[in-house]
Amino acid sequence: MTALSLRGVSKAFGPVKVIHGIDLDVADGEFVVFVGPSGCGKSTLLRIIAGLEQPSAGEIRLGGAVVNDVPAADRGLAMVFQSYALYPHMSVRQNLAFGLENSRTPREDIEARVGEAARMLRIEELLKRKPRQLSGGQRQRVAIGRALVRRPGIFLLDEPLSNLDAELRVAMRAELAGLRQRIGGTMIYVTHDQTEAMTLADRIVVLNAGRIEQIGAPLDLFNDPSSRFVAGFIGSPRMNFLEGQATPAGLDGVDVTLAGGTVLRVPVSAEGLATGEPVSVGFRPQQAVLSDAGLPLEVLHVEQLGSETLIHCRTGANENAVIAQYGQIPIRPGERLHLDPVRTPLLLFGTDGRRILARPAVDRPAESGRMEEA
Amino acid sequence: MNGVGAFLTRRRGGRGWHFTDVLAFAWLAAGLFLMFGPAVWLTLSSFKTPAALVEFPPTLLPLDTRTATVEGHDKPLPLYAVTAEDGGERVLAQVRRIGTVAQMVDPQAPGEIVKVPIDQRAPLREMRFATENYREPFQQFDFLTFLRNSVFVTVVATIITLLVNSMAAFALSKYQFRGRGAVLAIILATLMVPLSVIMVPLYVVVNQLNLMNTLWGVILPTVATPTGVFLLRQYMLTIPDELIEAARMDHASEWKIYWRIILPLSLPALAVLAIFSVMWRWNDFLWPLIVLSRKELYTLQIGLSAFSGELNVQWHYVLAMTVVSMIPVVVIFAFLQRFITSGIATTGFK
Repeated sequence: MTALSLRGVSKAFGPVKVIHGIDLDVADGEFVVFVGPSGCGKSTLLRIIAGLEQPSAGEIRLGGAVVNDVPAADRGLAMVFQSYALYPHMSVRQNLAFGLENSRTPREDIEARVGEAARMLRIEELLKRKPRQLSGGQRQRVAIGRALVRRPGIFLLDEPLSNLDAELRVAMRAELAGLRQRIGGTMIYVTHDQTEAMTLADRIVVLNAGRIEQIGAPLDLFNDPSSRFVAGFIGSPRMNFLEGQATPAGLDGVDVTLAGGTVLRVPVSAEGLATGEPVSVGFRPQQAVLSDAGLPLEVLHVEQLGSETLIHCRTGANENAVIAQYGQIPIRPGERLHLDPVRTPLLLFGTDGRRILARPAVDRPAESGRMEEA
Repeated sequence: MNGVGAFLTRRRGGRGWHFTDVLAFAWLAAGLFLMFGPAVWLTLSSFKTPAALVEFPPTLLPLDTRTATVEGHDKPLPLYAVTAEDGGERVLAQVRRIGTVAQMVDPQAPGEIVKVPIDQRAPLREMRFATENYREPFQQFDFLTFLRNSVFVTVVATIITLLVNSMAAFALSKYQFRGRGAVLAIILATLMVPLSVIMVPLYVVVNQLNLMNTLWGVILPTVATPTGVFLLRQYMLTIPDELIEAARMDHASEWKIYWRIILPLSLPALAVLAIFSVMWRWNDFLWPLIVLSRKELYTLQIGLSAFSGELNVQWHYVLAMTVVSMIPVVVIFAFLQRFITSGIATTGFK
C-alpha cells in the first residue's frame, strides 16, 4: 500500500522556484531518505508533506486521500525537527504527552504510551526534567520520543542528527536504525549527509536544485548513478572526475582524451556522441587500481587512516584525484603512481551531467541500426 | 551582618581601594539617595502631625512636641524646656504666646503664670508616629471602598489587558497575513494620540454604552494599549517558529498553541506589561475622574484628591494615603521583577 504519493509538487517563494514538479511514491513501512546539498529543497519538500508549507502546485496524497487542504495538525504525521523544538517550559513527560493530550487520548493511555516510549529510548529517568537540563543526545531522544508516542502514519525527520557531535551521531544513527526495526513505521528522513542516507535508507531520493536526480536503493545509487551529481554525492570520499574530450571508438566504447594527453577507453555506448565533445570520466577512490603504466599521478599528500590509506594526487592536467587503498601503503608526497585505466571501473558523463551508459548486453536491432548510422 | 559588610566593601580586583571603587560607591550612594530618599521622606512624613508637617525647618523624623494635661486647661499644653536667667532649666507648659513673650505655667503649680521670652524656651520633643493619619481616613472617609474600587479596576483591567494584548501580539508576530504591517503601524500610531485629544469622543462612546458611573467604564477604554501590543509582539518574535510548528504537528489547535505554548513562553514580557498595567491603572486619575461621579465608585486616586480642598489641604491624610496607594505597586514589582530578567524561550533548543 502507498503511504504517501506526490504528484507534480512544486513550490515557489515569490518569484523563486525552489521545487520543480516532484513525483514520488512512498510505500507503507518504507524508510525513504531525501538527500542533497543545502538549498536543494529537501527540507521544504518535507515541510510540504507535513503540511507546514503549502505547495504552489501539485497533489499530496496520504493513504490515497488528497490532503492538500488538510492542516498539519490533522494529517496524523509526526515530525522531528532539526533544532528538536522541545517545549522549553514543559518537563520531558509533558513534552511527550502534549500531542496525546491534544488528541484527547485517555489519561491511562497517555501514561502507558509515554512510559513505553521512554523505556524504548532509555529516557525514563529524565521524565521530570526540563529540556534545558538535558544534553544534546538526550534532547534528541526526547524529540524522537515525542514523535513516537503519537504513533503517526509517517515519521518525518528533518536532519535530526546534524546538531550532535560526530561520535554521538554515529551512535544515534545505529540506534535510529534499531528503533526503526522495532517499530517498523513509514519514515521520511532528510539529511545532507550521504553516510546517514546510505546506512539508514531503504530507498534514497537524491535531490538537486529542486528536482529529483535519482531514486533508488543505496547500493544501486552507489553502483549505478544516473548522473554526475549522484555519482559525486553518494560515496565517500567522493568520486573523482577527470575532464576530457570524447572520440567514439565504435563498439569498443569511447576514447577520452584527457587534458594531459592521456587517452582512456571507457566501454560505453558511443551513441549520440560527437568527436571532440567534452565529457568527464569518473572513478571511485576505492575502486582505483594502480599499476606500473597508465594515467600518471603525482602524490600530493597522504592520509593514513590505519585500515585505509587515502592518497591525494594530481594528474598531469592539474586535476585532483583521491585514491583509497586498503591497508597501510608506505608512500610519500612527490612520488608518482599510475592508474590502471583498464581494470579501474570508469563511468562516463556527458556535458549535461547525464551518465553515458554501457550498451545493453544484447543489442536490440533497432538500436544497433541507429548505432551504425552514428 | 557579615554578608552585608562584605557586600558593602566589595572592590574590583584584589586588595586596596582603587579610585574606581570609590567612584562606584559614591555613584551608587547618590543613586540610592536620589531614588530612595523621597520615598523614605514621604513615608516618614506620613507619620507626622499636621503641626509638624508645616514646621520650618522641616525634620526628617516624625517629631512631636510633648504635651501635658494641666489643671484648669481643657486641652493638653505643649511642654518646653525653659532656660532661666540664673542658668537653671525648668520644664514649663505653654498656655499662649503673645508676640515675643510666651505665657507659661508649671504643670506642678498650675496657678502661677510665668512670662518667658520665646528665645529662651525650646520645645521638648519626642518621636511619635501619628498613626491616626492612617486610621482616621479609613474610619471617617470611605477609604476601604475607594481601595476596593481601585483594586477591582487594577486587577480586572490588567487581566483583560494581558489577554487582549497578547492575542493581538500573537497574531501580529506569528501569522502571515496581508496588511499585517499596516495593522501594526496603525496600532503604534495611536501611541502619538494623547488622552486629552480623544477624551471627548471617548466620553461620548462610553456615555452611549451606558458605562458612565460604572467601574467598567473606567476599565474597558484602557485595556487595549499600543505599548503592550508592541512589547509583547517584539518578545514573541523571539519565540522560534519551530515550536509552533512542532505544536501543530502535535495536533494542537491554534488556541492551544496560544494558551499552552505562546503565553507560558512570553511570561517575562507579560510580567513587564503586568507591572506597567498595574501602575497605569492604579495611578490613573483623569479618566476615572471623568467617568465616576458617585462617591461610592471613587478609586483611590480620586479619593485622595478629596483631601485637597480649595483653601485647605489635609497634607497628613494625603501623605498617609499616598503611602497606602504606593504599597500594591511596590509589592507587584517586587514579586514580578524576577520574571523580567529571565527569558526562557530558547532553552529547549540545541
